[in-house]
Amino acid sequence: MSDLNKLGLAEARDLLRKGETNSVELTESCLKAIDAADALNAFVHKTPEIALERAKAADARIATGDAPAMCGLPIGIKDLFCTKGVDSQAASRILKGFKPEYESTVSQNLVDAGAVMLGKLNMDEFAMGSSNETSVYGNVVSPWRREGDTAELTPGGSSGGSASAVAADLCLAATGTDTGGSIRQPAAFTGITGIKPTYGRCSRWGVVAFASSLDQAGPMTKNVRDAAIMLEAMCSHDPKDSTSADLAVPNFEAMLTGDIKGKKIGIPKEYRMDGMPGEIEKLWSDGAEMLKAAGAEIVDISLPHTKYALPAYYVIAPAEASSNLARYDGVRYGHRATLAQGDGITEMYEKTRAEGFGPEVQRRVMIGTYVLSAGFYDAYYNRARRVRTLIKKDFEDVFAAGIDAILTPATPSAAFGLGEMTDADPVQMYLNDVFTVTVNLAGLPGIAVPAGVDKQGLPLGLQLIGRPWEEGDLLNTAYALEDAAGFVAKPAKWW
Amino acid sequence: MSIDQSTAAKVAKLARIKVEDDALPALASEFNTILGFIEQLNEVDVDGVEPMTSVTPQRLKRREDVVNDGSQQDKVLANAPDAREGFFAVPKVVE
Repeated sequence: MSDLNKLGLAEARDLLRKGETNSVELTESCLKAIDAADALNAFVHKTPEIALERAKAADARIATGDAPAMCGLPIGIKDLFCTKGVDSQAASRILKGFKPEYESTVSQNLVDAGAVMLGKLNMDEFAMGSSNETSVYGNVVSPWRREGDTAELTPGGSSGGSASAVAADLCLAATGTDTGGSIRQPAAFTGITGIKPTYGRCSRWGVVAFASSLDQAGPMTKNVRDAAIMLEAMCSHDPKDSTSADLAVPNFEAMLTGDIKGKKIGIPKEYRMDGMPGEIEKLWSDGAEMLKAAGAEIVDISLPHTKYALPAYYVIAPAEASSNLARYDGVRYGHRATLAQGDGITEMYEKTRAEGFGPEVQRRVMIGTYVLSAGFYDAYYNRARRVRTLIKKDFEDVFAAGIDAILTPATPSAAFGLGEMTDADPVQMYLNDVFTVTVNLAGLPGIAVPAGVDKQGLPLGLQLIGRPWEEGDLLNTAYALEDAAGFVAKPAKWW
Repeated sequence: MSIDQSTAAKVAKLARIKVEDDALPALASEFNTILGFIEQLNEVDVDGVEPMTSVTPQRLKRREDVVNDGSQQDKVLANAPDAREGFFAVPKVVE
């Protein structure tokens, strides 16, 4: 069978169960595609030996009739996840050579479910970025190009390697993480599906920390059904993460009925931004029409504090990052600067961190340090946390009024070119997360679903935001939207 | 609030990141751009609003106060840039 790498998780699972293919074949097909796609720079640590070993074990397991959902399915793992004995450096120079002695809970859950790791995926350094241009491994290139143009485009970020790899069929699916939009924005830019679950659904243990009150892992897949399958495999209660939810994980796939009759879908007026491209506006209203045609009721709603989400995020996330990244001191792991004669421990810290962190990470650590420093803590950090309370309340109010899900654009534009934002100030880049960041601040589940293409042929995504812990219902609404949108575009192979 | 070069230098020092003097003006300017953006938060009436401590209402779990792992010195030191005789090694801290 050819082109097995082009399959999704559900399709491949069904073929495996019927004995029409095997995991070794699937895995070899992906490994071949990965080796032919170095131009995308998505896989940065390839693990073919581990992959084939796990594929063989999966085939043996399937033969005995013990085939959990992900058994034998080859996937990529974002470099932010610690994987035992395999380089895990969060795309940072400061973790060069770091080979964890342990496995993150999420990647262990996937191993236990039988999934096959193909390698580690490129990302923005410490997940700080929206274009995958801050990685120590270099930029990730999107498989998509504008019609009649060969300019390299961003796959989005920070899970850009995951997005590029899934969109280019280098793997069946991939893990991502999302602190302000890092699963949903790259999914939207590359025409794939990505869900960030409710804060606490996926254990953060063993995932390199960026902003601990916002970070969540989630799957990036070729369709909504695959997202349901993989999310279920990733989630668990974990005593090693004190914020992990002690709640049963439902069978999300079984909840995909496509029936959304009577569901109330909110359209928040504050997401209609000045200067929003007409194509995004049209995509959004088309999406609402599709849900309406599927039997949902469309309701205009207001989330009055939306405008303040991004500034609050750019206080809270850097503050937590400055604290989390204090551990990179050149003592316990990773890079240590070469010291000059007479240098003491302070010089060791300062030189190590100057050499080890890239410019965007340094910028955010210093902003975080500033907003937490004596005299500014109340004015910036505590104020941002108060605004966060209000942002969450906005959502609680609309859910209390009976709204089941909220429909918004996923991004303010289609993918831009690599290098096109170089001269923009940092705030311009931060605006990429304007529609997604509210969801992290409120701890809610959010999913990006590809819904159309722009006039240059690039994918555009819509976002659905759900009630806390109701990922199953959210996935079902996304399933109905996916069905109605009928997005089938694929990037033409040039790499 | 505007950040001058000496404040930028102080922040870099607090963050333990070495920044050369000639890089300070650009850094201060970037800080000011970001802080200018953040200052929109001053428009919000936050009187009587509690700062968020946990996004999901939950009581942190407790566990038995017992030793449940240990004896992993080799693993703990495996990734250290400089480990000697079972310890992390650093430049001299105390004279």
